[in-house]
Amino acid sequence: MKTNHAKQGDWVRVVRTALTPEERAPGIPEETACTPLMLWVKGALLTETAAVGDEVEVETATGRRVRGKLETVAPAWRHDFGAYVPELRAAGQAFALREPERTGSGS
Amino acid sequence: MDRNALMMRSVGIEYARFESGFVAFDYDALMREAGDDPRAVADVQRETGVGDTPLLELRNLTALARRLAPPGKGARLFIKDEAANPSGSFKARRAAVSVKKAKELGFSGVIAATSGNYGAAVASQAAMRGLRCIVVQECFDSRGIGQPEIIEKARACEAYGAEVVQLTVGPELFTVFLSLIEETGYFNASLYTPFSVAGIETLGLEVAEQMRARTGRFPDMTVITHAGGGNVTGTARGLIKAGATDTAVVGASVNLQGLHMASDRDFNRKSFTTGHTGFGVPFAVMPDRSDVPRSAARPLRYLDRYVTVAQGEVFAMTEALARLEGLERGPAGNTALAAAFALARELDADRTIVVQESEYTGAGKHAQAQLAFARENGIEVRLGDPREEVPGQSIVLPATPELIAPREQDIDKLRRSRIRHAVKGREPELRRLLREPRDARDEQRWRETLAFLGEETKRDAAFVLETLTQTLAQQA
Repeated sequence: MKTNHAKQGDWVRVVRTALTPEERAPGIPEETACTPLMLWVKGALLTETAAVGDEVEVETATGRRVRGKLETVAPAWRHDFGAYVPELRAAGQAFALREPERTGSGS
Repeated sequence: MDRNALMMRSVGIEYARFESGFVAFDYDALMREAGDDPRAVADVQRETGVGDTPLLELRNLTALARRLAPPGKGARLFIKDEAANPSGSFKARRAAVSVKKAKELGFSGVIAATSGNYGAAVASQAAMRGLRCIVVQECFDSRGIGQPEIIEKARACEAYGAEVVQLTVGPELFTVFLSLIEETGYFNASLYTPFSVAGIETLGLEVAEQMRARTGRFPDMTVITHAGGGNVTGTARGLIKAGATDTAVVGASVNLQGLHMASDRDFNRKSFTTGHTGFGVPFAVMPDRSDVPRSAARPLRYLDRYVTVAQGEVFAMTEALARLEGLERGPAGNTALAAAFALARELDADRTIVVQESEYTGAGKHAQAQLAFARENGIEVRLGDPREEVPGQSIVLPATPELIAPREQDIDKLRRSRIRHAVKGREPELRRLLREPRDARDEQRWRETLAFLGEETKRDAAFVLETLTQTLAQQA
């Protein structure tokens, strides 16, 4: 269940601005230059208690202390295999072998 | 600390030693930092279960290629199943050598900047050797939407106990990376050190030796997915060290022409985060534009041909590899496979082609996931002729297998571009050197420059001289 509150020791993800738009490198495309360079990292919350949006400090997997805005409590992996793509199956079917070509009967 | 000092400390190499002070540098000496013998490197890799991967013959794809080929054509296709490495890709080979080096030099941790399989490779090797690990990724666009393929790689890194630092799009990732090196004092497990490239030489060696054992001869061609150049460089060097000097080295990249690699908008309009022309071309012509002063990955020294394939062709081959050969792998690692399937039709049926890698697949990092994501981001996905694919607008899966047809790139054009980049800033002196007579010192510089540029491009002095003369005349 998604929660907005965390206590010390909870695994959380924080976000911070690494570079403001003004600080960005020259020569990058305009659509990138007008956005800040954002940085996310996970760690164990060092602050006693906090709510999403609060400035907090975490200790990362390598033991670094990083300050940032609390973004997610108990961050989970949600990536998957996506919606069904019929074209992929059709492309695969177009590769079907004819009977004599199958392993063992051909070479 | 200044950047060069930081680099020297973080990779344990004093790069200035290899510089001649002019255009050339001593590449062979740089590579000797990692030792000359791939068999010794293989011993290091065996300590952590890396390498000695199976070589599989793709009999069904060969049969299909032969049906589509003119009579007598259709080379035998083989694949090195690099997904069998501990972290699921050939990148374990690179990481094994770098992490061992870090351990030997007494570093407490390693750090790598990568959105690809290399992150999991470094994290896995670091776990085995008891080192801490940070992986820095370019992962999200400014809306906070992440590439599913990169998110999966972040998950894998965390599974191995690493810290993952994720960023939005932009080349300033390097600034963040440098500040993390300075803060932690960790070893820079760069993809571009001699350790990393020497780690792939064992792959070339295995390809040569396994093919000789299987077919009685070295392969006629090896097709290599090309991005940063290490895969091409290391594999080719390993083949040469094994004696397979006649094996044609073909690079293959996914065509992403027209998409800007630093564009927040284009970031999620591409379906491949590596193995594409957005890295393949710049890293070929400007290899030293990496995270070390001199890159050990110098693909134009080894490439005989360079071809591009469409995103749709790679996804279709990924599906075909699973259906016909029973191997669910990729997709990004199947870039070379898509090219090889078509190139097989050019070669006689008694010839052999090795696709030198496969990679693991999973949630996010899967043809289905990536095509669904593309569609959600407004990309048209359809069946048809892949030559109609427009990167950033459409992905065209081949309606029939014969429509898979890699586009040959003008490699001499890349070579000329390499020469132009290598001499950039030195043109006035080169113009002077071009004029005879030269004194002894100038003569030496001139000869050294021509020889170096010849090696950099795998071409002779006449080609280098012609290109240099044109370059200097144009700019005069």
